[in-house]
Amino acid sequence: MQRRVILIDPQDNVVTALADLDAGEVIEVKQNCESLSVRVTEEIPFGHKVAVEPICAGGEIIKYGQPIARATQHICAGEHVHVHNADAQRGRGDLS
Amino acid sequence: MDKLTGYPRSDGRVGIRNHLLVLSSVVCANRAAERIAAEVPGAIALTHQHGCAQLGEDRERTRRTLVGFGSHPNVGATLVVGLGCEAIQPGTIADGVCGAGRQAEVLTIQDCGGVSSTVERGVSLLRSLTGEMKDSTRVPIECEDLILGTECGGSDATSGLAANPSLGSAADSVVKRGGTVILSETMEMVGAEHLLMQRAETQAVADQIDATVRRTEENALNMGEDIRGSQPAPGNIAGGITTIEEKSLGCIFKGGTTPIREVAAYATRPQKSGLVIMDTPGQDVESVSGMVAGGAQVVVFTTGRGTPTGCPIAPVIKVTANERTAEFMAEHIDVDLSGVIRGEMCTAEGGDRVLRCIARTVGGRKVQAEILGHREFAIYRTAPSV
Repeated sequence: MQRRVILIDPQDNVVTALADLDAGEVIEVKQNCESLSVRVTEEIPFGHKVAVEPICAGGEIIKYGQPIARATQHICAGEHVHVHNADAQRGRGDLS
Repeated sequence: MDKLTGYPRSDGRVGIRNHLLVLSSVVCANRAAERIAAEVPGAIALTHQHGCAQLGEDRERTRRTLVGFGSHPNVGATLVVGLGCEAIQPGTIADGVCGAGRQAEVLTIQDCGGVSSTVERGVSLLRSLTGEMKDSTRVPIECEDLILGTECGGSDATSGLAANPSLGSAADSVVKRGGTVILSETMEMVGAEHLLMQRAETQAVADQIDATVRRTEENALNMGEDIRGSQPAPGNIAGGITTIEEKSLGCIFKGGTTPIREVAAYATRPQKSGLVIMDTPGQDVESVSGMVAGGAQVVVFTTGRGTPTGCPIAPVIKVTANERTAEFMAEHIDVDLSGVIRGEMCTAEGGDRVLRCIARTVGGRKVQAEILGHREFAIYRTAPSV
């Protein structure tokens, strides 16, 4: 079967959907030789990110093994991670 | 990449196309340039919105870009057409082209007595301006003669996952064979600059990367706006990219993994072979134009959502790893790498596909943007008209 999600770096706390994911679908993620099952809590469009572990408000979102954003609220495993719950830390002229 | 062919030029560089260029030196001469080019088969008019009421570095960048196109190895001969009274004098463009060891003629509307007489003289001049074009035949060239520009636009999650890493693999092969690769789009290094600095060949280059990215970010910050108004763009966000940091980390893969040898200013010729960074904006057409003005003969452009962008004088190879885009926007796509996303091939195999397409394109096969007549051209402006 075609891969449903991809974890790019073992340090990542999000995976990227390689297909449109259904709410309730269980995805299998291999992280540091451990296999992790995560139940997706909502529909996830192709190319979008899903948290594979809980991320506290203000916590870093890690993809490519690098910080790409901070959570603006608590994010549960299986939740969609995008502009509604994650913020850029760079280029914020509105904050300076 | 075996058996590459191209056109050797008088300045020692090598072209992979043999265009006849009618270069408008100022917005006021655009129509004259278009009319002249329309009369001569194969001629291309290069038009733009600039050339007057510009100051300092902004004016110099425009001049440099136009000279870069006029003297480009993909151009066999150039006719510069100006108005006559403009800030960037058309003669200085022609002088720049000739100073670079190439041939150019110049006409101005005010000296010719109007556009119609400019067109009449221009057409006759263009017909006789065979220059290096008459006896141009392709000869074998080496990879070290090539400058490959890399660009990404209309990015989505597949860009960072598959298309850019595959292009990076091809870029590594070009560098290994002695060629030059340009990594562009400074804004799309914001949040990933630390990784590029680690790969800088010297501390001086690392400092330059840091300063260049910092200046670009500060220019955006000084506008007092959240950069998310523009980066990522709405289409990037719809495609799954959340922040500029995420976009940048995906973008920089397209330059490959080799040491970064130099940071070149917009529209300047890299002084070193290997991987170099050029300070270009995130606007695709301005970025591609800057790399081509700097001597890139061919550009590989990855896209997630699909984009038609070409260039007046250089082939722009379009690569996508988005299966829907490869099908739905097929007329704009040269290399389909959606198999990487499906897990059917690795990025190294994707890179081989890109490399084979580069070799075919260098050898003369037209890319989709050329077939469809895409000739987008734009110059990076950093100051308002005065």
